[in-house]
Amino acid sequence: MGSVPFVLALVCVAALLFGAGRWLNISYAFFAAYVVVQYIVLGTAWNILGGYTGYVNFGITAFFALGAYSTVVLYKLAPSLPLPIMMVVGGIVAGLVGLGTGYLTLRLRGIFFSIATLALAVVVQTLITNWDYVGGARGAYVLRPRVAPLIGGDYIQYLFLLMLGLCVIALATARAIEHSALGYGFAAIRDDEGAAEASGVPTLRLKLIATVLSGGFMGMAGAPLPYYVTYLDPASGFSLNYAVNAIAMPLIGGTSSWLGPVVGAVLVGGLQEYIRVTISSAANVLVAGVLLVVFVILAPEGIVGLFRRRR
Amino acid sequence: MTPLLQISGLGKRFGGFTALEAIDLDVQEGERLGLIGPNGSGKSTLVNCICGTLRHELGSVRFAGKALDGLTAHQRTRGGLARSFQLPRPFGTLSLAENLRIPILYAVNARAGGGLAGPAIDARCRDLLAEVGLADKAHRLPRDLTQIEMRKLELARAMAAQPRLLFADEVMAGLSHAEVDEIIALLFRLNGQGVTVIMIEHIMRAVMQFSQRLAVLVAGRKIADGRPADVVRDAEVVRAYLGE
Repeated sequence: MGSVPFVLALVCVAALLFGAGRWLNISYAFFAAYVVVQYIVLGTAWNILGGYTGYVNFGITAFFALGAYSTVVLYKLAPSLPLPIMMVVGGIVAGLVGLGTGYLTLRLRGIFFSIATLALAVVVQTLITNWDYVGGARGAYVLRPRVAPLIGGDYIQYLFLLMLGLCVIALATARAIEHSALGYGFAAIRDDEGAAEASGVPTLRLKLIATVLSGGFMGMAGAPLPYYVTYLDPASGFSLNYAVNAIAMPLIGGTSSWLGPVVGAVLVGGLQEYIRVTISSAANVLVAGVLLVVFVILAPEGIVGLFRRRR
Repeated sequence: MTPLLQISGLGKRFGGFTALEAIDLDVQEGERLGLIGPNGSGKSTLVNCICGTLRHELGSVRFAGKALDGLTAHQRTRGGLARSFQLPRPFGTLSLAENLRIPILYAVNARAGGGLAGPAIDARCRDLLAEVGLADKAHRLPRDLTQIEMRKLELARAMAAQPRLLFADEVMAGLSHAEVDEIIALLFRLNGQGVTVIMIEHIMRAVMQFSQRLAVLVAGRKIADGRPADVVRDAEVVRAYLGE
């Protein structure tokens, strides 16, 4: 399938989902679906760097929360600014931090890179916690308009629609990368960075492209969060759940293709929502952990890997 | 005529160990040079320094009239240097055809006027695999290959970058008599197309048959450089290989 038909198909699926939600008109369904779609974006963003390029990023919350907190700042400066613009700003902020991280850690490979990203998350969280303007450790309130702009209805529908749109963009980007020279370059870096250089691949530049794209999408995914939760404090913005899920979902779904994070997010995210409602709100965290262990042992290439033709 | 590759006074240290000391070597365009030496004599280190995998401390390397110092490895590959790795380093998750696609996309297409499009790239990958006898395995993964086939893949990937100068770093180790002849014929064909080839090899039969000139490294120093027949009779070379 070409790129244009693929994007059209994605838009159709997204429109169908949104249409079905409007028809059902249950607020909870939108709240739950928002989380799952947000994880598709986060998982896809992580996969661009972790799956395609082979650099495992543990600092997801840094980028995600930077997006969220840039919205808090914009909300304080210009509350009437449309949310899509806030998302773009959040993406730019997180993308720039991604660029900086890429530059500073370019000599680090494997586990050392991962540890550096973990440190980044701690550093950013400490900075935000001590920044009074965005609420510091107390947290910040964001008042959500009662009615959604443009489409009417509950505001959560608007949030869901935006996240769905972002999801379409993220998936289209991921798939375009897979089928381009960039994707081959990423794969070469993942498999053997030295051999990639010897084959003419500008590894540093490609790694920076990956960190910027990955960080940018994480930031954009985090930007609507203050409107979703209406009260954002560092503990929730930097919650370990985001990091664990964003890594577990692509690994469970399969890191080799754009479909992997989708399958993983729908499966794990859906299951978590189900357990949150039926069993307990704490047990849902267990799901990602247990599934991750099971898949690492039984299907290291994820669900998508199971269905791939054996070469 | 200025040589294609000019190495002067090149030195490389690893801590207190001198891996290469004051190496001078000129290679003319279109030449076939054999580079030999006992294990650990610095042959691969020399290749790594020329190709940018390692940085050397002393001396300079000029290629096609331009200084290479400070250029990254990928810039040198784009400039026309290509190498095979002594221990094959294939891209493990990519098929054989895709392995060859990387240098075509990133080295050949990065040069002026080198824009190959999709079908042309596929055809080129097929041709290259056919040249090394791996055509029927184009869609397999490197892990399905034998060590020997991996060396052929390594050579094909270096060739895919369409270099002006090719380093064949022990591509024949472990190959059978007939396969060695095949690779020699292949390298002769490449040379006939104008590619300068530096062959690093322990198989003397191949080196003697292929090389127009032979350089010998021992303990990081170049001890001989000249016509192959003369070099192998050189007293110092004989002593390095066979002892007193």
